Amino acid sequence: MIDRFEKIKRKEREAAAGVDYTIGVCVAASCLSLQGDKVLDAFQEGIEGPKEEGSPPSRCRAKGVGCLGLCSRGPLVSVTKQQDQPADDQSRVLYQDVTVDDAPRILEAHEADKTVPDILCPTDTPFFERQIKIVLENSGKIDPTRIEEYIAADGYHALLEAVTEMTPNQVIDEIVRSGLRGRGGGGYPTGLKWTTVAKAQEEKVKYVICNADEGDPGAFMDRSVLESDPHRIIEGMTIAGYAVGASRGYIYVRGEYPLAIGRLKKAINQARRQNVLGNGICGTTFNFQIEIRLGAGAFVCGEETALIASIEGKRGQPRPRPPYPAELGLWHEPTLINNVETFANIAPIIRNGGDWFASYGTATSNGTKVFALAGSVAKNGLIEVPMGITLHEIVEELGGGTANGHQIKAVQTGGPSGGCIPASYFETPVDYESLKKLGSIMGSGGLITMDETSNMVDVARYFMEFCMAESCGKCVPCRVGTVHLHNLLDKIYNGKATHKDLALLERLCSFVSETSLCGLGQAAPNPIRSTLRFFREEYLDLLVDEPVHAISEEVAA
Amino acid sequence: MIKQKQAAPPSDDVRWRFVMATMRRNGFRRSALIETLHTVQETFGFLDEESLRYVASSLNTPLSQVYGVSTFYHLFKLKPAGKHTCVVCTGTACYIKGSSNLLKQVEKDYDIKPGETTPDNQISLLTARCVGACGVAPVAIYDGTIQGELTADKAVALLERYQDD
Amino acid sequence: MKRARVITFKIDGQDIGAHEDETILELARQNGIYIPTLCFLEGLSQYGGCRLCVVEVKGTDRLFPACTTYPIEGMEVFTDSDRLHGYRQDILQFLFSERNHVCSVCVSNGNCELQGLAFSTGMDHVEVPYLNPQLDVDASHPLFGLDHNRCVMCTRCVRVCDEIEGAHTWDVVGRGADARIVADLNQPWGEAASCTSCGKCVQVCPTGALFRKGASVAEMRKQATFLPYLSQMRAGWQNEEK
Ligand SMILES: Cc1cc2nc3c(=O)[nH]c(=O)nc-3n(C[C@H](O)[C@H](O)[C@H](O)COP(=O)(O)O)c2cc1C
Ligand code: SF4
Ligand code: FES
Ligand code: FES
Repeated sequence: MIDRFEKIKRKEREAAAGVDYTIGVCVAASCLSLQGDKVLDAFQEGIEGPKEEGSPPSRCRAKGVGCLGLCSRGPLVSVTKQQDQPADDQSRVLYQDVTVDDAPRILEAHEADKTVPDILCPTDTPFFERQIKIVLENSGKIDPTRIEEYIAADGYHALLEAVTEMTPNQVIDEIVRSGLRGRGGGGYPTGLKWTTVAKAQEEKVKYVICNADEGDPGAFMDRSVLESDPHRIIEGMTIAGYAVGASRGYIYVRGEYPLAIGRLKKAINQARRQNVLGNGICGTTFNFQIEIRLGAGAFVCGEETALIASIEGKRGQPRPRPPYPAELGLWHEPTLINNVETFANIAPIIRNGGDWFASYGTATSNGTKVFALAGSVAKNGLIEVPMGITLHEIVEELGGGTANGHQIKAVQTGGPSGGCIPASYFETPVDYESLKKLGSIMGSGGLITMDETSNMVDVARYFMEFCMAESCGKCVPCRVGTVHLHNLLDKIYNGKATHKDLALLERLCSFVSETSLCGLGQAAPNPIRSTLRFFREEYLDLLVDEPVHAISEEVAA
Repeated sequence: MIKQKQAAPPSDDVRWRFVMATMRRNGFRRSALIETLHTVQETFGFLDEESLRYVASSLNTPLSQVYGVSTFYHLFKLKPAGKHTCVVCTGTACYIKGSSNLLKQVEKDYDIKPGETTPDNQISLLTARCVGACGVAPVAIYDGTIQGELTADKAVALLERYQDD
Repeated sequence: MKRARVITFKIDGQDIGAHEDETILELARQNGIYIPTLCFLEGLSQYGGCRLCVVEVKGTDRLFPACTTYPIEGMEVFTDSDRLHGYRQDILQFLFSERNHVCSVCVSNGNCELQGLAFSTGMDHVEVPYLNPQLDVDASHPLFGLDHNRCVMCTRCVRVCDEIEGAHTWDVVGRGADARIVADLNQPWGEAASCTSCGKCVQVCPTGALFRKGASVAEMRKQATFLPYLSQMRAGWQNEEK
């Protein structure tokens, strides 16, 4: 097997060595929407198309690659100079806002070992330099539609090592040692979850599920990983299957992500053909199959029990936990559910060891986190940063500060289940515990920056409107509570509410969060609570009566 | 168990083959319901009563359950869409940058709500939560093409070309 | 069948011996401890939707629905705190505010579980605004009627129709506050081919949402006690078949 991998690697190296420059055009969703595919066609046309008599063959080759990060300046194009060593970032130049007409210019310049300065994207900025790439190590470098490139970038080596040289327990030990925590929002220790599933009775059928239902309405990290490096997820899931003793896996993808679905399907077929998926993986007796299941537009299906109901073909309504899926999951069997980004960390951990992974990040939150940075900052896009980095660094350094001169006043993390953190707390390190202390959550990675022009009551109302529309309707506190909470916020925002309404709002917040069945309802009041905590005056300014003494005292306490 | 006779497709439209194929691949199990509905919608554009009945009987699933599932998931459409679609992003980044104003303007000018189609069947107005182009927010997708950095006026202007074709 | 282990735990300070496969609710009832319920009905599958039965457990702030939670050794459960009393009233307030429960004109007035719960929990006013939706009444069935205004979405009818009668005429459509009970393909009940007119749904409905036609105000009395018997019988058959 390793020979086969070596052969593929050699062939890839030879293909790259045949030219002097490799041009990578981003073909992930955001750049694609800005006509990245046409730009790629233009490059290909320029390289392979008809040329003048006698001109030498092109010194460039062009390929589609995954997300290059700075989505707001797309389509992005990278040009890498061929070297003996695998390219590092230094030998690469990046172009931004590339149009179809720019393609011949770029080609022409590089044929003559020059660059095109006017569309050059500076890469010596913190946005690029402060990032540490584990999950996104291949994004923007390899062609997501070719397994050969993934293998050439050391892909599937971790799987090979796991199934041929390690016992399932050793694999789990390595994950435990890494301190990896779930990236889907909750931050539950991944090693512990794997241990629980592995310990479930041996004779049982078990399942591995990848949660790719990315529902946070301002986040697109998971999608980007799936589009830019789909094999990474397949490898992570297969290793998980080996570790916990499962032979079947499902990837539950949002139906809104046709590109990711297509690439995954293709990747699964390629992996089967290379014998890194299917029966007798890598020549061992280990079998693992992966199927794709499509979501159909329901945020609550990101909740694990609802997701399971949805895979079973039912309405995506959660059920009370315990029992947890690790015990009683898909078709009543023990089931391991992890997020896309969690699975994306598995292969590097096995390849480099748990201790290596644990050397990144803070004491309780190891590794890196991918964020979708958006909103009022100058640079929008996808970033991967070590845990423990401060919000200030993310907003001011990577994000480049405000885009329009308006002071940035808060960042929102965790989407509809998270909260708003005011600028005065920007020195807070980004880790699970610190964010929780501020009434927000790490969430899946949406990070929206807001400036003075945003009203926090309006922001809270927006998220409550989302929760109201996405509530499954099973339990009373969430079904009715989200409507009442939304109506109250609407009333406040429209300047019709009194202090009594505000008191009611606060009381209902704790009621809804404590009595709701699933995480959606339990976390729905978070945006209200955090904006009330840090931006109370914005609420008070909108009220129409004088405070009643008794209430304001209660509030102060 | 008695082997059930397979229900015949509602019409001899050859496209039912795709629907059959999805169900067969999943062994006609009830759990294939959502997958099958996806195929029906992909093939025919929406889910009509006839196809729901067919799917229900083929997968041996109660009618009310099929209806319950198809109305739970917002991606499933029980009515045909208009000739053109306009999907306004209402994700967080777009909201912060004023997507609700776009939406209001379109709603007002065309007198439709999200999820509805104009009476002349020209335009369907839809919403989506983050289409992954937050960097150029606010955005809307016109017949599959993303348009970024919109204003209310620009959003309506872009719709006007659909008025009479 | 796997024999469940015996454990001991406490409800409101009272020592209770239990099999592991009995829920906190069942055990509380066996021991004379009252926990209000609405979506729970003996003989039907667990649902856990109304949240009236939530209880406190020592050592955690989380609340657990008694109807779907199994005790573990040494657990200390509390059913009787100010917090729980307040939340029970809140849930009922929410239900009263959600649709149009006008008891004075209801066939089930005096025999309604929702009304009874309001009475027993001391919920005497509704603090949140009424939502007042305008909902339909389906009178197309020759024997029975369905008034959506009085439905609390407990899904007992859906479960009895599926699990006991085996017809699965009812299901829930839509989601969130728009969710409704629906017959077959969103048809008038009278046209739903799968309905056997057995009337079980009417008997298990806790309010006046499902009613027998011809009953006038306060006349409708319901009999849900047939269920444990039926479901036991059904379990008996299944065991014999195996
Ligand atoms: C309402 C709700 C929505 C959720 N949405 C997602 C989601 O979109 N993606 C995700 O990975 N996890 C989501 N989760 C968290 C999952 O339930 C689950 O905890 C997670 O997939 C576990 O994976 P992890 O341990 O790798 O984080 C959601 C939870 C709730 C309550
Ligand atoms: S909290 Fe909301 S989404 Fe979760 S089960 Fe209850 S109604 Fe459904
Ligand atoms: S919020 Fe609109 S594209 Fe992300
Ligand atoms: S009786 Fe337990 S949740 Fe309804």
